[in-house]
Amino acid sequence: MTAVHEEHAEHYEAHAPSPPPSGLRRLMAPGWVRAIWMTPLFALIGFGIVVGIRALAGWEPIVDWEPIITVAFLTTAPIGFLAGLGAFDYWLRWAFGFPTVPEDHSGHGARRWTDYFRINTDHKVIGVQYVVTTVFFFLAGGLMAMLVRAELAKPEANYVDPQTYNELFTAHAALMIFLFVIPAFAGLANYVLPIMIGAPDMAFPRLNALSYWLLPIAGLMMLASFFFPGFGAGWTNYTPLSVDQPFGNVFFSMAVQWAGASSIMTALNFLVTIITMRAPGMTFWRMPLLVWANFTTSLLVVIATPFIAGSQFFVMFDKVMHTHFFDVEGGGYPLGYQHIFWFYSHPAVYIMILPGFGIVSEVISAMSRKPIFGYRLMALSLVAILILGFSVWAHHMFVAGMATWLRVPMMITTLLIAVPTGIKVFSWLATTWEGKINFSTPMLFALGFVSMFVIGGLSGIFLGAVPIDIHASDTYYVVAHIHYVLLGGSLFTIFAGFYYWFPKMTGRMYNETLGKVHFWGTFLAVNTTFFPMHLIGLQGQPRRVYTYESQFSEWNLFISISSFVLGASFIVFIYNMIVSWSRGPRAPANPWRANTLEWQVSSPPPIFNFDEIPQVVGNPYEYGVPGAKHAILNGDRKEVEATEEVRR
Amino acid sequence: MRAGSLIKVILVALVLAAIVTAIAIFIPWLPEPASEEADRIDFVFWFVTAICIAIFAVVAAISVYSLVKFRARPDDDSDGPPIHGHTGIEITWTVIPLVLVIAMIVVSSVALAQNDRVPDDSLRVEVWGQQFAWTFLYPPDNRDAGEDEMVCVRRDQGIIEDGCKVSPNLRLPVNRPTRLYLSARDVIHSFWVPEFRQKQDAVPGITTQITVTPTKTGSYRLICTELCGLGHALMRTRAIVTSPSDFERWLTSRTTPGGMS
Repeated sequence: MTAVHEEHAEHYEAHAPSPPPSGLRRLMAPGWVRAIWMTPLFALIGFGIVVGIRALAGWEPIVDWEPIITVAFLTTAPIGFLAGLGAFDYWLRWAFGFPTVPEDHSGHGARRWTDYFRINTDHKVIGVQYVVTTVFFFLAGGLMAMLVRAELAKPEANYVDPQTYNELFTAHAALMIFLFVIPAFAGLANYVLPIMIGAPDMAFPRLNALSYWLLPIAGLMMLASFFFPGFGAGWTNYTPLSVDQPFGNVFFSMAVQWAGASSIMTALNFLVTIITMRAPGMTFWRMPLLVWANFTTSLLVVIATPFIAGSQFFVMFDKVMHTHFFDVEGGGYPLGYQHIFWFYSHPAVYIMILPGFGIVSEVISAMSRKPIFGYRLMALSLVAILILGFSVWAHHMFVAGMATWLRVPMMITTLLIAVPTGIKVFSWLATTWEGKINFSTPMLFALGFVSMFVIGGLSGIFLGAVPIDIHASDTYYVVAHIHYVLLGGSLFTIFAGFYYWFPKMTGRMYNETLGKVHFWGTFLAVNTTFFPMHLIGLQGQPRRVYTYESQFSEWNLFISISSFVLGASFIVFIYNMIVSWSRGPRAPANPWRANTLEWQVSSPPPIFNFDEIPQVVGNPYEYGVPGAKHAILNGDRKEVEATEEVRR
Repeated sequence: MRAGSLIKVILVALVLAAIVTAIAIFIPWLPEPASEEADRIDFVFWFVTAICIAIFAVVAAISVYSLVKFRARPDDDSDGPPIHGHTGIEITWTVIPLVLVIAMIVVSSVALAQNDRVPDDSLRVEVWGQQFAWTFLYPPDNRDAGEDEMVCVRRDQGIIEDGCKVSPNLRLPVNRPTRLYLSARDVIHSFWVPEFRQKQDAVPGITTQITVTPTKTGSYRLICTELCGLGHALMRTRAIVTSPSDFERWLTSRTTPGGMS
């Protein structure tokens, strides 16, 4: 056993960040000052590369803004920004043979609020950075949804022109998926996962810092697309429409690269952390289900995300470089895009729900005061979803014109996923059975998730059955389904996680009454907003339209009003988070009396999480088992041996 | 589970099933069917709905009962009984969904195979999508010879067969199977008539197919369901089903414009 804290403490004190140098040397120190001049410098380098190549090759015009924006603004300038902030300093010093300190902790931890705005290698700081950033983009994406619903309140065209309308729903989806749901899960897991497995940090803290800083870049690119019209082909960005769009479409293609690189690096980091950094005694069958969930999710991310990166590169090449990957004129194949795209984007559905399964398992077990029912089957069903998830992509293409024989096999695998998913739902309910259920806000969101996910899962069975899908495909029925699983599903689990770990992350308690007001407002408005969409979809309202037949006007008005209530319910959330973070009562170490390791350390945890690497001696959910222990912290060897003895 | 709680759960499940069944029956979820294919799709729809109502009622009843019955008293800090699982129950809730899933797969596959058949006397109509209008082309001999490519129109040449009749809306004779061949000039569009239930994308560069056998005369909405650009929401026309004699009269009266791109 190593005394982590003592060992690191002396380095930590020695390497606390020195005050910023004065005068011109400040320009060279990593930070925002350096980023401010390095970003335009790198943009200029990108400009030079494009103009230089065009001049040498003799292409007219030499100054062509489309490739210049693609290379200079969307590729090299962000690299300059990251280099300026200091994301690459350590690696470059090492690569060029300058002295480096392997145990350098100058980038670690947050002593004041400005430390959240620099390259920080502490997984807890990065977790908070992720969460706050994703909430910002959640609000931005939510506002776009409000504008979409305002336009749809009346059947005729009202407030925005068709191009803006298309860009609103496209950016709404892209921001919610790539800048909210996926990174919000990554942020929560970043904070709690290393502590849950008894590790002092992630395996690659500097890579972790870089992963985070790619996100704001991706998000700003998607927001900036509004100034360059063209990102309006839906978040699915189907060719040939996407290639025909104005230039702004490239902003999406490139933003996906930055966000995708971020999630791939984070996933690799999680995998290595989970495989190599578990505390002694933390076998795979003793891992909390949140760790299992992030293990399977990370495998999905690492295997699938390169496919969306590829598909968007192809679209961008077709657009900017006039290649013919999907261009019929040049012998390309439009459906090829859809196959590559969905080979990522269906597994992405599980990337957006499996971590939520993990969160909900933690919350339901702790709040019901009972062990998770069928722990091993819960873990195995995650693995089953992981494997099946790769074999169902073409169920998004039942009417797309792909080979007709492919439909029935895809229907079989799609509907089979209902089995492991059903096991999870039944097991959560069995966990509550005969429990001592504590209806705190995280538990309300976890149970709200289960009920919404049951409805979303059942409506998904209709879509999985090919004949019904032929009717329901591309209608509001699909909009209803995805919002039940992504909003009632993923979003609810994210809120469950936010409230559950808020005391741990901030050291303060949130206001329980406001939390409940938030839950009931959101829960009721989600249902009144999205349930009627099933009906208007089946009756004939297609998705992605700014105007519709007058027979649907009453329902659409009702849906729009409900969606504004839904939007307003998040104001309660934001208010609660801000006020509680600044003035809430101090949180105890373990307000939920939970067994997992993150609750056995102070709130917020010490800088390296544990004074001493804990010894894990049992399962994480042994509620109600007399004398059972999950782990021994700061204990002597005798207690560890005695507990192991009892277990034998 | 004690007998008393089992009876209560079953009662709650029956009440919930009755409520959901009423919602399923009394709300007109689907437009009035107007094709043979629609009847088969509706059968699958109600088959799946029945299974889903049963699953929903059971799951919701257990949830409601559990959450009401097992809530902790305000001063109760104790834990629940340490139940780690039950192999028999776990096998049951793996096998029953599996059986139901297989049943739905079989019913769906049969309906799909029947809807995909191309009877011998099929009418052939070619559907041409472009931003933001549909064009329907009727080849000269009226019959479906099974040619997989578009006979009347190609994206690089426009109309290639002079005898093709052209219409901005889809006219079909009642009770005769029609094989639609679809393609598009610029971007992907999608053909949908909600009353026929049939939908198929029209993709540039390839020809896709779908069968429709109208069973009722009338005029139906024909909608583009694949986002195709700024005019996507307005890319609508009508599908008009008439008696065979009216259809023949209409078809002979159509002109055959020489050039259309």
